[in-house]
Amino acid sequence: MRPDDAQLAAHKLSRADYELAAARVGRDLSWPELGVLSVLWSEHCSYRSSKHLLARLPRDGAHVLVGAGENAGAIDIGEGLALVFKIESHNHPSYIEPHQGAATGLGGILRDVFTMGARPLVALDSLRFGAPEHPRTRHLLRGVVGGIARYGNCFGVPTVGGELAFHPSYDGNCLVNVFAAGYARHERLMRGVASGVGNPVIYLGARTGRDGIHGATMASASFDDDAAKQRPAVQIGDPFHEKLLLEACLELIAAGLVVGLQDMGAAGLTSSSVEMAARAGHGLELWLDAVPTREPDLDPYELLLSESQERMLLVTLPQDAAAAIALAERWGLEAVVVGQVLAEPRWRCTWYGEDVCDLPVALLTDEVPPRVGPASAPAASPSLTEEPPCADPSADLLRLVAQLDHADKRWITEQYDHQVGASTVARPGGDAAVLRVPDTAIHLAFTLDGSARHVVLNPKRGAAGLVAEAARNLACVGARAIGATDGLNLGSPEQAEVRWQLAQVIEGLREASLALKIPFVSGNVSLYNQTSGRAIAPTPIVGLVGKVDGPWRGVRRAFGRAGLQVALLGAPGSHGVGGSAWLAQALGRDVGPVPAVDLDAEQRLYDALIPLISAGIVQVAHDLSDGGLALALAECCLPDSHHPLMGLTGALPAVTGGLAARLFGEDHGRALIAYAPERHDAVLDGINGVPLALIGRTGGERLALDGALDVSLAQLHELWSRALPRFADAAAPQEPR
Amino acid sequence: MRVGVVTFPGSNCDADAQRAIDGVDGLRAVRLWHGDADLAGVDAVVLPGGFSWGDYLRPGAIARVAPIVQELRRFADAGGPVLGICNGFQILCEAGLLPGALQPNRDGRFRCMDVWVKAEGRACAWLPPLSRPLRLPIAHAHGAWTAPEPELQACEDRGQLVLRYVTATGERADAANPNGSARDVAGVCNAAGNVLGLMPHPERAVHADLGSTDGLHLLTALLGRSA
Repeated sequence: MRPDDAQLAAHKLSRADYELAAARVGRDLSWPELGVLSVLWSEHCSYRSSKHLLARLPRDGAHVLVGAGENAGAIDIGEGLALVFKIESHNHPSYIEPHQGAATGLGGILRDVFTMGARPLVALDSLRFGAPEHPRTRHLLRGVVGGIARYGNCFGVPTVGGELAFHPSYDGNCLVNVFAAGYARHERLMRGVASGVGNPVIYLGARTGRDGIHGATMASASFDDDAAKQRPAVQIGDPFHEKLLLEACLELIAAGLVVGLQDMGAAGLTSSSVEMAARAGHGLELWLDAVPTREPDLDPYELLLSESQERMLLVTLPQDAAAAIALAERWGLEAVVVGQVLAEPRWRCTWYGEDVCDLPVALLTDEVPPRVGPASAPAASPSLTEEPPCADPSADLLRLVAQLDHADKRWITEQYDHQVGASTVARPGGDAAVLRVPDTAIHLAFTLDGSARHVVLNPKRGAAGLVAEAARNLACVGARAIGATDGLNLGSPEQAEVRWQLAQVIEGLREASLALKIPFVSGNVSLYNQTSGRAIAPTPIVGLVGKVDGPWRGVRRAFGRAGLQVALLGAPGSHGVGGSAWLAQALGRDVGPVPAVDLDAEQRLYDALIPLISAGIVQVAHDLSDGGLALALAECCLPDSHHPLMGLTGALPAVTGGLAARLFGEDHGRALIAYAPERHDAVLDGINGVPLALIGRTGGERLALDGALDVSLAQLHELWSRALPRFADAAAPQEPR
Repeated sequence: MRVGVVTFPGSNCDADAQRAIDGVDGLRAVRLWHGDADLAGVDAVVLPGGFSWGDYLRPGAIARVAPIVQELRRFADAGGPVLGICNGFQILCEAGLLPGALQPNRDGRFRCMDVWVKAEGRACAWLPPLSRPLRLPIAHAHGAWTAPEPELQACEDRGQLVLRYVTATGERADAANPNGSARDVAGVCNAAGNVLGLMPHPERAVHADLGSTDGLHLLTALLGRSA
């Protein structure tokens, strides 16, 4: 058949795209083939607008076992173990149906991890919503948190942290990025390959229904005002089924029954089978009439494009198929042979014996035409001309602490089982979560960070700063970053300004990655985050994994004890308040210039701080970022699960510069530390030329910096701990549109 | 002493329980499968936490008809020690091996946090009352134990309400009860004292790095039972 313009538009394909594909095949495409082309050439599956830029990210490093190209990256963590990790976004589904959208986002990333043979160890989430006063924000927050809680808790992975931010640029397009990591013995790492001509292809897991058809295409288009109409494109998650799938898959791998394993994520059966064939350099044949279905009358088009959740594709040796199926059935899972590996690199589907698709594998993978176009910088971002007065810094600090971005996150973290697995040694609420890998002495640290403000004002510098900040978070728990994953969330790549932002963000990540020697082993790109023509602020999310140097000493964010010496490690001042949370609060908008990132100084900070922590000299460490020194000090005064509220009396470091910059400036390369005063000489011995400025001693019921700041701890704590519950539990919920 | 740890479809604290048990001198964990009507000759049984059958219908409602639970019933009737943790507690109530039922938390939400509990009932032979409260993690959405008033009072009178939520200093207080359970109950035993269910997770409090070692007290108590 020859599709008309309306049919092509419905499939988000241009006439030129179609003609290219038809010419390659030498005929018009069948209706199912058109659907398949639509999803596999979508941005979500093909990265056609970003692939050439992503190639700039450093992928290699001493610890890297598996770089880009597989379901997730893998790094060596010692003791013969690999850590598999990746980030995934589920922005559009979460905006349309927050509970299921977020739940299936987590489900998808967990499958990416265990499809590689790794047992999930940890999950983190980065949640970004519109302004608190926007009518959908509360509904989205509740739904997204509830969805992640239900899925992660039931599946049994601890969700240990992440970030929460609100910004009006996300009013019409929230961001839900989920990170997961799992561990496996090196020799058990599994690849998603369909190798061995004639090997059976087994469908494993939940039956196929009509949910999520064209989800990938939806994710590759901008929203209009009728987003709710796309609700049928959102998938429904069943974490119980996923848990069974996990256990069955790991047992199948341990039993040596697996040649290749691939989860069905975006574009379901289609992309999983095509990817497996492409990696092996083979072809694959699917007998669509053999696919287990939930409803009796699904046609080939629907079967190929359904994104029903909790499904896997498995390739075994012919003689192992029966044993694999029996093992799956012991876990109560359905497993059916639905095809075979072909020698010729073609992707073929039959329906009761008749060909319905017959396409070259390469047409669906390597030959996707890149979508490149000119990039152009937007109008210069606003820069500070006159600094607003800083007349009452104590009041400013209290307002910052009560902002939802900075307030206590327990309303969320208590809904997540962050302790299942009995491995969580540093719980949510610190700079980074720390988990012990079961049955080993390995402690790993995890953080997930984004920044709307710095990146929108200066995408390259903001992105570099993001990596530096994330690595600083890890350093504050005594861990060295060993690998990264990036989730890039931007607007439509069909706009020249967004293309510029994407290129700049990637350059910033690249610069920091090279300087700090942190390879990006996996990643995700989510474009088309815009509604009615308005793009979100470019939002890279960086997930970092670090390895704790030496034994775990229980370093923490909260002072929690009186009599500790508090000091600032790193440059004692700040160059200004550009890009800061304080300035945004004072002016009601984002204004630069964003602080520069000195990656050498950053590295020197980590190199000084990490050994001081692993030697047990420094007991408290907390990085300076949002809100600068003042907010960091306030956060150290606030309690954690095991340490009470604790005051501080001291003075601001004596450096030049305005009071606002000294208190609230967001220069990088700085961290607060606290230690027993008798260890001061040991600290001096360890800082290796990094500046150290003494601030004061812990104790009392106030946070008081001589002449600069004086707030009551009770008030600080009240504002910090009540802000999020007060917002989220408000009696009259805002109704979704 | 061999301690069976049962895996149901959806159990997700079975491996944690196994590690914690194996970490106690004198205890060794043996993994048991829900579909087998066989306890492999173990000396005690732990039903671990998780979401058996996805908590569909009601937490524990489907697990109670699993073949191994029928065998467990015989084991318990004969005086064998049984410990149900979280979802295991829910299963024991659904199976009628423990009194009462576990309802949704009063705020309707899942809660993961540390609580303080005090062991004070007389009925559980292997749970000696401790003078100080224990710090243990909870993680559940259906933890509000309750029973009809006459049964509640009877349980109280017989000393079956063996664990209660308290403040860090050991006092009963509404704010110390995380889920709204009747009479601040965190753990209940049967009249014979050999079957114990509790909402907190002792297997998550077995190392100082995890924030508490009080879970070891509870697990080690199983040993005393065998003596």
